[in-house]
Amino acid sequence: MNDNPAASDTTVTAVGLRGITKRFGDVVAVDNIDLDIGDGEFFALLGPSGCGKTTTLRMIAGLEFPTQGSLKIFDHEVGTLPPNKRPVNTVFQNYALFPHLDINDNVGFGLRMQRVKKAEIKTRVGEALEMVKLSNMGERKPDQLSGGQQQRIALARALVNRPKVLLLDEPLGALDLKLRVEMQSELKTLQRELGISFVFVTHDQEEALTMSDRIGIMDQGQLLQVDPPEAIYERPVNRFVADFIGQTNLLEGNVESSDVVCLLNGARIPLDTGLAVGSSVSVILRPERATIGSRREIEPGQSAVDGVIRSITYLGNAIVYRVGLDWMEIDVREENLPHETRHEPGEEVTVSWDHGAVAVVEGQG
Amino acid sequence: MVERYESINSESTGMSGDTAKPRGTTKWLLSTNAILVYVFFYAPIILLLIFSFSDNRNVGTWGGFTLDWYREFAANEPIQDSIWISVKVALVSTGVSVVLGTMAALALERFRFRGDRVFDGLLYLPIIIPDVTMAVMMLLFFSQFLDLIDSVLGIQITKGFTTIAISHIAFSISFVSIVVRARLAGMDERLEEAALDLYATRWKTFRHITLPQIAPGVAGGALLALTLSLDDVVITQFVSGPGATTLPVYVFGLIRRGVTPLINSVSVLMLAASVLLVILSLLAQRTTGSKGPPADADTDDEPSRVGI
Amino acid sequence: MTITEIVAPEPSGDENEVAAATPEFERAAKRAASRRGFLIALPAYFYLVLFFAIPLVIVMVYSFATRNRFGGTDLSGWNLDAYRKLSEPLVRDILFRSLWLALITTVICLIIAYPFSYYLATRTPTIRNVMLVFVMIPFWTNFLVRNYAWRVLLGTNGPVSKATDFVGLGDTRILFTPTAVVIGLVYGFLPFMILPLYASLERIDLGLVEASRDLYANGFQTFRRILLPLSMPGVIAGSILVFIPSLGAYVTPEILGGAKTTLLGSYIVTQFLTARNWPVGASLSFTLTVVMLFATILYFRKGGRTL
Repeated sequence: MNDNPAASDTTVTAVGLRGITKRFGDVVAVDNIDLDIGDGEFFALLGPSGCGKTTTLRMIAGLEFPTQGSLKIFDHEVGTLPPNKRPVNTVFQNYALFPHLDINDNVGFGLRMQRVKKAEIKTRVGEALEMVKLSNMGERKPDQLSGGQQQRIALARALVNRPKVLLLDEPLGALDLKLRVEMQSELKTLQRELGISFVFVTHDQEEALTMSDRIGIMDQGQLLQVDPPEAIYERPVNRFVADFIGQTNLLEGNVESSDVVCLLNGARIPLDTGLAVGSSVSVILRPERATIGSRREIEPGQSAVDGVIRSITYLGNAIVYRVGLDWMEIDVREENLPHETRHEPGEEVTVSWDHGAVAVVEGQG
Repeated sequence: MVERYESINSESTGMSGDTAKPRGTTKWLLSTNAILVYVFFYAPIILLLIFSFSDNRNVGTWGGFTLDWYREFAANEPIQDSIWISVKVALVSTGVSVVLGTMAALALERFRFRGDRVFDGLLYLPIIIPDVTMAVMMLLFFSQFLDLIDSVLGIQITKGFTTIAISHIAFSISFVSIVVRARLAGMDERLEEAALDLYATRWKTFRHITLPQIAPGVAGGALLALTLSLDDVVITQFVSGPGATTLPVYVFGLIRRGVTPLINSVSVLMLAASVLLVILSLLAQRTTGSKGPPADADTDDEPSRVGI
Repeated sequence: MTITEIVAPEPSGDENEVAAATPEFERAAKRAASRRGFLIALPAYFYLVLFFAIPLVIVMVYSFATRNRFGGTDLSGWNLDAYRKLSEPLVRDILFRSLWLALITTVICLIIAYPFSYYLATRTPTIRNVMLVFVMIPFWTNFLVRNYAWRVLLGTNGPVSKATDFVGLGDTRILFTPTAVVIGLVYGFLPFMILPLYASLERIDLGLVEASRDLYANGFQTFRRILLPLSMPGVIAGSILVFIPSLGAYVTPEILGGAKTTLLGSYIVTQFLTARNWPVGASLSFTLTVVMLFATILYFRKGGRTL
């Protein structure tokens, strides 16, 4: 559905899915997905819980067989291979460190299973622990480590095997906010240094936006959009993606002519949708892209709607105004700057935005 | 209010907050009841211990200190024989039922197969069924089949060690599998997936990950099987032959004929064996305790799980 | 959930030959996993069918058979005579007496164990663990010995009789009465009541008790409206765990009960070992099993899960 020139033309494909489908009984968990993940790419699978993202990851790992479709890793079909025959390793949700083994044995487990020589295991485990900066923890048991340390050990345990692709299942979900931010940048650095693909699953859109080169958005087993973070945010392909990523006001209307959209209240805004006249559309107006001011005329190059301030939410660095329009309410976010005049509930205002500040998707809610 | 509630909640699992704790008369009644329960539990055992040293033919009367009854016990050959059979039966039935029970638990907890529901039900039945019924079942079975086996296979099985062991295994498998299953269910399945992901074969995954994780459950199941085997009277009585019976059945026979101080001394030794087993298992639990899964299976819960 | 199938023994298989996934492959993998599960279950399955299911069927068959004149059993000519015998006054009395004693035992255990378990659950974890260990020890101690201890205690001129004599109640004779049997059963099965009760009480969030008190409930109301309903699974589990073995008890009534207090277990044993009326013994055993089965199914229906 999406052609990804970045992945298919200029770089080697690390993971290639063609027509991958997974059914559990009557439930279609993953529905006919095509996806190419480039070598060295940091790729996020993002979606609400139950959207099929974890199942997709598990199929790449080999923990689940696809019902149908081709799954290639560096051009070799692996769809019917068990996990222990695939050149990928996984960082599991909650890490799944072996509680009865110490850290050395945990990290060395994969090498031992591959019958690597003892001396080599020792050096490679040492290197891996050094890489995650936990060299002195080798003798400890997993439950003697903090959450952040456990997460690093899980990374080391997977990476020590030198996988061609690293899979991460909600890798930061169990960490508190501060640690999570720290680990985000560390993961990113690590991935750049190693140069291998990281494929990670998350339900946290902010995490996906900050870390990944590209994001695949899933819902109900479908892969809706695959794009770099900026494109996902600026040009979502449909209402779901627009709504799922960031805060969004969806102003519904119809395409009146090739460059005018008529909103539900009759307000006309100039907008080139590229859609057929008469199509119903939703205009995506991010809260931070709109400005709020006293009732006034529209400036050239801007669109505007009139409304009344209903309520105010104080966020510290910003203020969010909820503005009642004739037919719906929208949020407008303003930076909390000292010279800025505050608006009061009940005040009649005009919400305006630059023509280029909005995107449009087909369909209404 | 909300904050206070949360802070108490996060500090302690279970009921140890101040409001939940009983106070005043209620507290007094509850603690008295607890003391009485312990007196009820231990007074008979302690008195039995004391009377086993009593130099009086009448078992409930003190008549000065003596070790005579222990000497009589040491000299009693039928008792020695029955102890030997008891130990053999207990070891064999525990060994077999631990292997079969663990496999059954693994199959039911990790796989779906044709007939798994029936198997599940079949596994529960020996636990539900009263001892007496089980005894009757084994008696009728052996009375029908020992001859059959003799005529078809030419193997002569007489009632005794073999029949007792077969019967004990038949009820122990279920208890072992229930204890092991509880442990397997509490184990994070992702550990097995992680092992497979790290190039372990199915067998190596079991050997290096699953087995160490369920070891406390297997040990608990073994202890239960051992205790059940050493406890059983009714079933053994039905399937044992002349001259080949276990200690409890032998002692039971003695008691029915009339109590003698000899029984006191035997009982105290059986008691000592039981307590020793419990202490050993507690020690074993303490040493393997730190190896168990850290968060999801709390150790407080363990004894009750084994018990039920 | 399914862990995948290992196709080839070596990791160095020719990757070009690996096929893409198809529904057929998925089904085959599922079948292979299911076959493996069955094979792992097989030894225990086979054992239980041979040494448990078949014996159970034999008991059922015997319950429809006829006792012949020589004390043997004729398996031909099936009839319900043995079941008809169950309605005879003698057997009926034994049945009711057994049910009654099992019920009393269960109720007494519940009355003792509930406050005890609540007390246990409100202790600090360290004290709680120590207390639990001391509940577990009698549980693991040889059952026969524990019953025998009461035989010594309750015997003529035994400690109990002396104690009652001392406080002026006179020389009580409890041994060989139903009271002695109930004492023995309570002693034997009390841990079965305490452990599930404790497990269910311990799981209750103390915040609920506090919330109840905050909402103006007094201690009794809190117990009645909050604790009791929430601990009901424990109450039911404990009751079943005590009732079932009490109903089928044999050792305790044999040691502590008298000739006039024959219970079901003893009666069945007598039918086999002395009276040699196997069909009647079989029909009673079978009836007992069916009753227990219903009780257990009822318990599982009520949502109980610990057994």
